[in-house]
Order: sequence, then C-alpha cells, then structure tokens
Amino acid sequence: MTLDMVNRGDVIEILSIKDKDIRAQAIRLCIYEGSKLKCAEKLPSGPIVLQNRMQEVAISRKLAQQIVISKVS
Amino acid sequence: MNQYSKHLVLVGNPNVGKSVFFNSLTGKYVDVSNFPGTTVDISTGRFEDYIVEDTPGIYGVSSFNDEERVARDVILNGDIVLNVIDAVHMQRDIFLTQQLIDMGKKVIVAVNLIDEAKKNGINIDIKKLSQFLGVEVFATSALKGIGIDDVKKNIKNARVGNKTEGIQEMLSEIVSPEVSEAEALLILEEDQVISERKGVKTEGKRDEIYRKRRERVDRIINEVVSDSIEGSSFGTKLGRLMLKPITGLPILIVILAVMFWFIGVLIAQIVVDFTEGTVMEGIYKPFIENIFNFIPKDSFIGSLLIGDFGLLTMTPIYILGLLLPLTIGFYLLMSLMEDSGLLPRIAVLSDKTLSKVGLNGRAIIPLILGFGCVTMATMTTRLLGSKRERIIATFLLGLTIPCSAQFGVIIGLLTPMGFKYIISYTVILILIFGISGVLMNKLLPGESTSLFIDLPPIRLPQAINVLKKTMAKTKSFIIEATPIFALGAVLITVLQYTGALTAIEHGIAPVTVQWLKLPEQTSVVFIMGIIRRDFGAAGLSHMVLTNGQMFVALITITLFVPCVASIIMIFKERSKLEASAIWLGSFVIAFLIGGLLARFVI
Repeated sequence: MTLDMVNRGDVIEILSIKDKDIRAQAIRLCIYEGSKLKCAEKLPSGPIVLQNRMQEVAISRKLAQQIVISKVS
Repeated sequence: MNQYSKHLVLVGNPNVGKSVFFNSLTGKYVDVSNFPGTTVDISTGRFEDYIVEDTPGIYGVSSFNDEERVARDVILNGDIVLNVIDAVHMQRDIFLTQQLIDMGKKVIVAVNLIDEAKKNGINIDIKKLSQFLGVEVFATSALKGIGIDDVKKNIKNARVGNKTEGIQEMLSEIVSPEVSEAEALLILEEDQVISERKGVKTEGKRDEIYRKRRERVDRIINEVVSDSIEGSSFGTKLGRLMLKPITGLPILIVILAVMFWFIGVLIAQIVVDFTEGTVMEGIYKPFIENIFNFIPKDSFIGSLLIGDFGLLTMTPIYILGLLLPLTIGFYLLMSLMEDSGLLPRIAVLSDKTLSKVGLNGRAIIPLILGFGCVTMATMTTRLLGSKRERIIATFLLGLTIPCSAQFGVIIGLLTPMGFKYIISYTVILILIFGISGVLMNKLLPGESTSLFIDLPPIRLPQAINVLKKTMAKTKSFIIEATPIFALGAVLITVLQYTGALTAIEHGIAPVTVQWLKLPEQTSVVFIMGIIRRDFGAAGLSHMVLTNGQMFVALITITLFVPCVASIIMIFKERSKLEASAIWLGSFVIAFLIGGLLARFVI
C-alpha cells in the first residue's frame, strides 16, 4: 500500500520512496526505507503528518501516493 | 594576511537557537548582507581572532534550495564549524553534524535547548556523544546563558571528528590538491554545482552514503539519548490542534484576522497616514520643492526631479512614507510566524487548496505578502521549488491580489455601496484566482513540487531575533526595490513629458467607453493605476459613477496590470517572454472580465 492510504494513529514502515531528491531530503528528517513512524494527523484530502519521537514531517497527498509502506499496527 | 584570518561558521537546522549563539559571540558589531539573487541573508561579525558567519538554517549540506546553496559555500570557505543542534530533535540534527564531520571540517558541537529536552523527558549523555563523534560537545541553553562560556573557551579545540565508516576510503579517491575533502564529499553526494566547479564527474553515491550515515546516527542516538515519557509539551499539543480541521481552521481565521487588523488598520491607515501624510507630504515635500525652486517645475529636469512622479518627490514619499512601514509590518508578522512554528502549519493547512492551482502550501508566503506589496511578494517567489510555480505565483499575484495601498482605497469605495457589492467583489476575485490558477496548472508543461516540510514545535519567538530578521529583510527589500521604483518614476515622467501618456489614455478610451461602459475619464484612472495601484483606485473616488459602473471599474483596476514597480520586478525575476506574457495576460483578462461584467451590471 502507499502512504496516502494510512489512517490517523497507524504505525507504518517505509518500504520505498520513488523520487530521488525526496528520498535524500526524507532521510535527513528520519524518514527512510525501514524506518517506523506514526501517522500523527491526516488532513481531509490534504497532507499527511508523520511522527518519529518529537520529529514531525508533513507530506503532501500527491507525494504520499509515491511512497510505498506497510502497516505495522 | 588579515588580522582576522580564520572563519568560524555557525551551522544548524532551522529554529535551533543559532542566532542567540551568534549574538553572544559577536556582540553588537554585526553586518547583514544579502546573497545576490536570493532572499537569503548572512550575518557577519567578529569573535576574538575569528570572522564569524551565521548561515541560514539547513537540514543538510547540498543544493536543494537557496538556503542550502548559500550555506554550502560559506561552510566550504570556513575553517571551524560551530554546529548548534536541538536537544529535542537529536535524531534529525546529528545527521547534519555527521555530514559536517564527514566533510573533514574542524567541528565543535553545542547541544542547545537542553532545558526544553529535560522538560520533555529527554536525557542526553553528552560525554558519550562526544566520544562517538570524536569532537567536543557541550550542553547549552543559549537563552539562559547555560554552557555558552564553555563553547566560547573551546572554539580553538574544534577538531576533525570520526567519519562515517567507509567514507574516508571513498574520499581519498577524489581528494587532490584542487579538491578538498569537503568538496570531495559533496561530489560523491552528487552535488552538481561543486562537480561542475571542480570539473569532476559526480560519483552517484548519495543514496549509499546517506544510508550509511543514517545508520550510524541512529546507532549513536540509541546509545546516548533516552526519553522517559512520550513528548507532549504545550507546544506539541498546540501544534497538533492547529492541524486538525475543526480546531485548525478557527485558529487560522483568528491569526488571519489579527494580521489583517495589524496590517490593514494599524499600519496601512494609522501609521501610513502619519508617515506618508504628515511627515512626507506635509514636511518633506514642501521642503524639497523649496530647495529646488530655481528649476521650473514644468521643464523636463524639473518634472524628472520634483514633478508629480519625480525622483525626489514621489519616489522617496512612496518608499519611505508608504512602503517602509508596510514592509516592516509584514516582515515582522512573517518573522513572528516563522519563529513560532506557525508558518509551516499554515502551509500544511493551505496545501490542499493551493495544489489545485499548481502550487504547494509554501506558496502561501508570497501570497500573504502580496496583500502588503505585490513587488515585495514577487521577489519572494524565489523561495518556491520550481520555475513553474514561480510563474504561476507571479501571475496570480499580479492579477488577483490587491496590494495594501490599493486595498485600503477599494474598501473605502466598496463599503458605502453595501454588503452585496463587498461579497460580489470578493467572490469574483476568488473565482478568477481559482479559474486562472487551475488553467495555468493544466496548460503549463512540467510538474510542480510537492509539500514536504519539517514541522518545528510551537515555541515562543525571541523578540531580538524577530526584530533582527525583520530589519535584515526590510533592508534588503528596500535596497533592491528603491532603484526599481526610481526607474518606474523616470519611465512615467518621460511618458508624461513626451505626451505618450495622454496618447495611451486616448488610445484605450474607446475600449473604456464602449466595452466597459464607463465614462471616458476612467481611462486616466487606469493609466494612473499603473503608476501606483492606489492612485488608480483613488482617482475613482472623484468621479460620479453609478454603483454598477463603480463595481466594474474596481474589478477591472484590481485585475489590471500591477504597478510599474511590480512590472519591472516581474521582468527582473522572469525571462522577457514570461514577463511579457504575464503582463499582457493580466491586461487582457482585466478588460475581458470587466467588459463581461459590464453586460450584466450596467
């Protein structure tokens, strides 16, 4: 599944990030293939907020469709 | 060799309190300069024998945006790096630290905001962190003055740290007398600019290096950071509330209302009345006219200097009386929102809407600034991720956003006409914004960048930083805008003196009368609107028009080409072809919509 399908409160694992530059920017913000994060918020047809400890990152819906994940819990 | 021969560079992620360090190191003798072609400012000062340079907040050293490109070059040129990191976001910040160490730079680390980390139940083993990184590390709280002296005393002990496993071998293959370790690392990490500068092909190892670095950083974090409770300070909670639609939208509306009051009422009316009316028009203008009274006002030189659009009359009155207070007001609000963490959340809230017109949430910044000054906002479109977005934003700004000068007059004219007209005006502008944005998004080739942003915790902004930022941004805007406004004044004076202005007015008169169904003199108002957007709107108040005519005139003049300064700014920022298209486009759309509207309401 892709990141746009998560629900608020889900814990997910990132499997792959398609865009090369986004991949590089994401790994700095602790989002990378294999990292486990929580979906802290999901705006109605808007961005998705991922959380890792105190770190929060907002990702647009369009970008989320290109990030493959699996649901952990 | 200069007495101050060594460069000490401050590097850190955004909002980690780097500026407080800078202030504490350098004292008050600070020089702020703008990097040409960017909206990025660099502060420079002195500490002991060092030249201290503050860099913009970045997440890594590379070339993803202006901030990174500027910081990258300052870091490459630096001798010692003072890396300030946020104790609350160690996992993110140490990644940058490790990159600086991998560059082979002499580094010293300050783990700042240590008190806030404690409050959130985060404990950091500073000694262990120092052993892992191989450089000196100090716990600090710059605001409370904790640990600053330790850092100052140990700047000279900055040293080359422990690189990520395997990096040294990769670097040795590229390092040469012409290519430093730092440059070699950036080349390995596929930095196009450094590659071209050094004439070395990129090695395409970014993924591999980032991956190894991230693994190392996460290992270090697991060893040195322990958090006992789930972080949920007041700031975190408020940050969450802002992103939930039920609570976020009301908060957003309150913020926008306060902004509107501050800019629209306090600055645009009360302050500007004083600065423009009392000071500039009342004292300055008679004074300057008196000095130059030996030049006949109707001669060419006279009208160039002290005429209606003169270089010594209109230009300084406009810039100092109107633009300066507005710019300070807007940048003050923007700095407050940026430092408090509100701005990225507003960007997240508006992302869905803006993505429909081919922009992303970040474009909310130039759009808000447009309500202050479209010229200033056009300059700020530089921060958008792609050329495509810059074109769309520039076009929408020029077409649909009334700047504060114009906005005040328009409100003044619309209000007596009644609520119905105010609503219609707003709805029509929003519709045009939406329709032209969606069309541009469909027609322009390529793709816009997507929102991907870090959400810093909500924090109380530091007054001194907010003021410094406001002053630096205002200064760089005024410096960049003054020649543009002056050029505009010269252009208009020449057009007026040669009679071209009158000819243009006569030229568009038939369109005004037959197509827009407005009296012939309205043409003058449209032309005045190019000189200064508010002149145009203000001209309408002296004319006898029916409500319908007034409405058509106001809509047309809002959409009509922006003022001469913003036209010049558009030509400066965009290519000739793009700028002409934007200019002619808004010209045609303004008259098209105005005329269509006239069929219904007049």
